[in-house]
Amino acid sequence: MTTVRFFARRAAFYLFTAWAAITINFFLPRMMKGDPVSAYMARNQGRISPEAAASLRTLFGLDSDRTLLQQYGDYWVLMLSGDLGRAFSKGLAPVTEVIAVALPWTIGLVGVATVLSFVIGTSLGALIGWNRGSRADVVVPVATFFSTVPYFWMGLIAIAFFSTTLGWFPASHAYDKGAVPALTLDFVGQVIRHGTLPALTIVLASLGGWVLGMRNMMITVLDEDYVTVAQAKGLSNRRVLTRYAARNAVLPQLSSFALALGFIVGGTLVMELVFSYPGVGKLLLDATAAKDYPLMQGLFLVITLTVLVANVLADVAYAVLDPRTRQTEA
Amino acid sequence: MSTTSLAQAAESGTPTTPEPTTPVAARRGRGAAGAFAMFRNAKSITGLAILGFFVLLAALGDVIAPYGPLDKDFDALKQPPSAAHWLGTTHMGEDVFSQIVLGTRGVLVVGFTAGLIATIIAVVVGVTAGYVGGWRSESLSALTNVFLVLPGLPLMIIVASQQENPSLLLVSAVLALTGWAWGGRVLRAQTLSLRNRDFVQAARANGEPLWRIITVEMLPNLTAIIASSFVGTVTAAVLGLTTLAFIGVIPITNLNWGTILYWAQQNGAFPDFWWWYVPAGLAIALLGTALSLVNFGIDEYVNPRLRSAGERARALRKKGLRATSAVTAVRPAARPAARAGTRADAAPAAGTADARPTSTPSPTEEPLP
Repeated sequence: MTTVRFFARRAAFYLFTAWAAITINFFLPRMMKGDPVSAYMARNQGRISPEAAASLRTLFGLDSDRTLLQQYGDYWVLMLSGDLGRAFSKGLAPVTEVIAVALPWTIGLVGVATVLSFVIGTSLGALIGWNRGSRADVVVPVATFFSTVPYFWMGLIAIAFFSTTLGWFPASHAYDKGAVPALTLDFVGQVIRHGTLPALTIVLASLGGWVLGMRNMMITVLDEDYVTVAQAKGLSNRRVLTRYAARNAVLPQLSSFALALGFIVGGTLVMELVFSYPGVGKLLLDATAAKDYPLMQGLFLVITLTVLVANVLADVAYAVLDPRTRQTEA
Repeated sequence: MSTTSLAQAAESGTPTTPEPTTPVAARRGRGAAGAFAMFRNAKSITGLAILGFFVLLAALGDVIAPYGPLDKDFDALKQPPSAAHWLGTTHMGEDVFSQIVLGTRGVLVVGFTAGLIATIIAVVVGVTAGYVGGWRSESLSALTNVFLVLPGLPLMIIVASQQENPSLLLVSAVLALTGWAWGGRVLRAQTLSLRNRDFVQAARANGEPLWRIITVEMLPNLTAIIASSFVGTVTAAVLGLTTLAFIGVIPITNLNWGTILYWAQQNGAFPDFWWWYVPAGLAIALLGTALSLVNFGIDEYVNPRLRSAGERARALRKKGLRATSAVTAVRPAARPAARAGTRADAAPAAGTADARPTSTPSPTEEPLP
């Protein structure tokens, strides 16, 4: 009963958040200076007739003869039918298609890096927390330092050192120039070679948070009575560490992990800029530079909704794993 | 992520107020000193010292910097560090050291302004949402969630790129707007748990007005969380500002460490002209580490287990025991302090580890180093 109520309330909460995010997204380009069509015309000087401009305006739902409320209604109708408009900077291709091309690159690379970082960081944090007071504590300040280093700087230095000087990895893009994406061994190898350096830098930059979070939780959990009891029963250290301490300490980590999954799509703009990786972040930067409002809007929507879905996942995971949350909320 | 432990504790409903069960307000006799207790540990002091150094640099930048930031010396282009130019020169013969020193101000001003704005929003929204309850609490909480979900960097880029020449205040405001929500959420959770404590109930029963309950009874118990969310936002704002400057969204007339890196990258400083790009990045990292250290200190103040765990384990190790071992270790015979019959120092777990073995408190063991 309470569980159902809990989930119903969370659902209402997220529906509201989604509505707010979509509404903000609707107003975003309308708050900006100049409209996208003028910007588009300015770039194609004289090649667009006024009639064409007018039809473009209709196409983008920017008719001045429609009220804001009507435009808002149209926006919802179009969005629900999966139409996010057309991208100026990509030869008027549908925004959804443009995003669909970029999305797999980002999700693949950053997804792998995020999972790696979480697994390594959490295990490391658990071990450091277990061996508290030992030399392993040095890892914490080191990892913190790497997470406060500006990412773009670390990425550029990594390129300078590993690609330019040593020549171990390619410096940019997702695959060799001229290669056609295909499921061949050669192409997969290229993708892995191109992805290694960006993935490594992401892992290095994000490791600190996982290590620190897990270590702090471990230290708190290790003082609990059930850990003392487990040790007093004569269980092996390994068993106490994995089954009793780490298992409880990992709960908040899991919910942070679900949130981190949400930032996969939008959180690595800078990585894609530095490595010229053809993902969503690079697309957003290009769209911003070209003042391609429909594309910016569509990307922002996709990025926001991913975070939202990840939030829902985090909530559900937490409620399933830790019954106390359900009780306190209800 | 330096606020994780605070946030996690608050999220899970565990009280995170300083362990002393008496609320801070009851110890008013100590005066202002109590409010700074959270900074009185090695980590916080180190962090604050580094921070103070940067504040001095920012304040006295004009005196310290040997050259103007854009003074061009065409006889010394892309020079490595020398006596005349401590950190070398750029492609236009500008002094990198002077640029770093003078760029400190831009970073700190934006960082602290953003932190201040964000903290004020977080306190107002978070504490109110925690205290009022009902639909008002729910709607404020929903507002917090919306801002939590909005991706910060993309939003900053979109908003900042709309202005030809965004002012520092606008940049700070955008950074604050995308950064306050996490603090607000933690503060709400903590206020929720404070609201039902005895001392707040007592104040309410005494008929204290609402503003007094919030400012006198509750705020002193929230200072650690407020401070930590302030420091966290400043860290995020510094990284956000330098990233925006590096991407080129912020006008290059606003000199800060990010702009230096922007110019360095635009003019092919990577990888050969290391003196041009290494110092600025290190300065950002050093400032970030200092702020994180301050936050670690606050974390340890709020959760004393974090502070004592290492000390207790080290103390055990000095005695030749391991905090992790469940089984009684036989003391090595070499230790003079260990008497033949004493093997009672079983440390069942860290929780009881610092308790002396009650069975045989031998006087010879007392003066442990």
